[in-house]
Amino acid sequence: MTHAGGAPVVALLDYEMSNLRSAAKALERLGARVHVAVRPADALGCDAVVLPGVGRFGAAMERLETLGFVGMLREAAGGGTPILGICLGLQLLMDGSEESPDVPGLGLVPGRVVRLRTERKVPHIGWSEVHWRDGVPLAPDGGGPADRTYYFVHSYACVPDDPDDILGTADHGGSFVAAAARGSVAGVQFHPEKSSASGLALLGRWLDGVRTRLAVPA
Amino acid sequence: MIRVIPCLDVDRGRVVKGVNFVDIRDAGDPVELAARYDAEGADELVVLDITATHEERDTIVHLVERTAEEVFIPFTIGGGLRTEEDIRAVLAAGADKVSLNSAAVRDPDLVERAAMRFGDQCIVVAIDAKRRTDGTGWEVYLAGGRRETGIEAVAWAAEATRRGAGELLVTSMDRDGTQVGFDTDLLAAIADAVPVPVIASGGAGTLAHFAEAVTKGRADAVLAASVFHDGVYTIGEVKAAMARDGVPVRR
Repeated sequence: MTHAGGAPVVALLDYEMSNLRSAAKALERLGARVHVAVRPADALGCDAVVLPGVGRFGAAMERLETLGFVGMLREAAGGGTPILGICLGLQLLMDGSEESPDVPGLGLVPGRVVRLRTERKVPHIGWSEVHWRDGVPLAPDGGGPADRTYYFVHSYACVPDDPDDILGTADHGGSFVAAAARGSVAGVQFHPEKSSASGLALLGRWLDGVRTRLAVPA
Repeated sequence: MIRVIPCLDVDRGRVVKGVNFVDIRDAGDPVELAARYDAEGADELVVLDITATHEERDTIVHLVERTAEEVFIPFTIGGGLRTEEDIRAVLAAGADKVSLNSAAVRDPDLVERAAMRFGDQCIVVAIDAKRRTDGTGWEVYLAGGRRETGIEAVAWAAEATRRGAGELLVTSMDRDGTQVGFDTDLLAAIADAVPVPVIASGGAGTLAHFAEAVTKGRADAVLAASVFHDGVYTIGEVKAAMARDGVPVRR
């Protein structure tokens, strides 16, 4: 695929488990070209993949499997293509979830997804500050608390096996993983496309990573 | 963090009720107003469609599409959604959540079907409640406070959540438009009866009222329309006042 004006081409997977419009508009505003992919062939040659998701883990994996996206995502990850999971999209990267114990996940980030352990109300709906680990990808460079605060809607959160895969945590009556990554695969539990300036900035940093990778000759 | 949510009333795709911002080009354009609130620090938006006729529903779908292109905070669409198909159409157009009111009371099963199909997180049940004169709780009203249902509000809140509502938008009909403060007794009674977030609505008048909805009413979010549209307070002023009163907000 050609990169007119250096614009990275992002495949946004449409498997009918999310509203894609906001994510597409946010990525376009940040200079990406977005291909909405309804089948794996639509994503061929794209520079990066965004896996959104809202709803139930089991139903989402079933849709991904039926549409052929499971194999495609594993291949893309194996080839070092940047993948960003959003919300349920992050959870799907893991090995499995308490929400649908019999359904295996994508297994791209080793670990499990568990229901939020908290005395507070679930789903956790609202804005929370993320405590990023020092020097990890996607973390903002400086700024105030508002620049690290994002919009969350979820009842489950992931627990990576390897603590090094955790990029940042947030609190909802107990700490939970807000962002995780392994190799070229990353995911955020919050909705950057719904997190105003701080969310757009995060997507911008992810796209910068995609651009950097493109700039390196194969 | 506690969310601060401006509410826009929209009729046939245009904002109704006075909007009094100096630098808004077109005060009737909900998308322009929504983008303004996003820039001011609103945590979410609720757009209430008060269009009377079903035939004009396409207008709201188009409005949702435009809002989703310009506004990068979550927004809820309410008003006139009667069927799963109505809900599907606005979610597909870019709304993050739907607010169900009359349709949920008439057909509580709709809450369950919608929650199963679209996920609990995007189903908000709106409850308009008025204090019963005999002291037996609060009465659920429909049609903007004109029609009594015989249903008690706290019991209905609990049932709506059992059926899958992911959030409740609770409006005190006694306080709505009075600017004398939220009905914190009503809010606390519902907040204590349900495991999901409660959005407080109806009665905001002074800056202190917003924190009271949280400290006394135990609400998880506060919603207001006229104090924001009329330019009485900015979102920032409300948040600063809440923070002073010890309520955590995004700033």
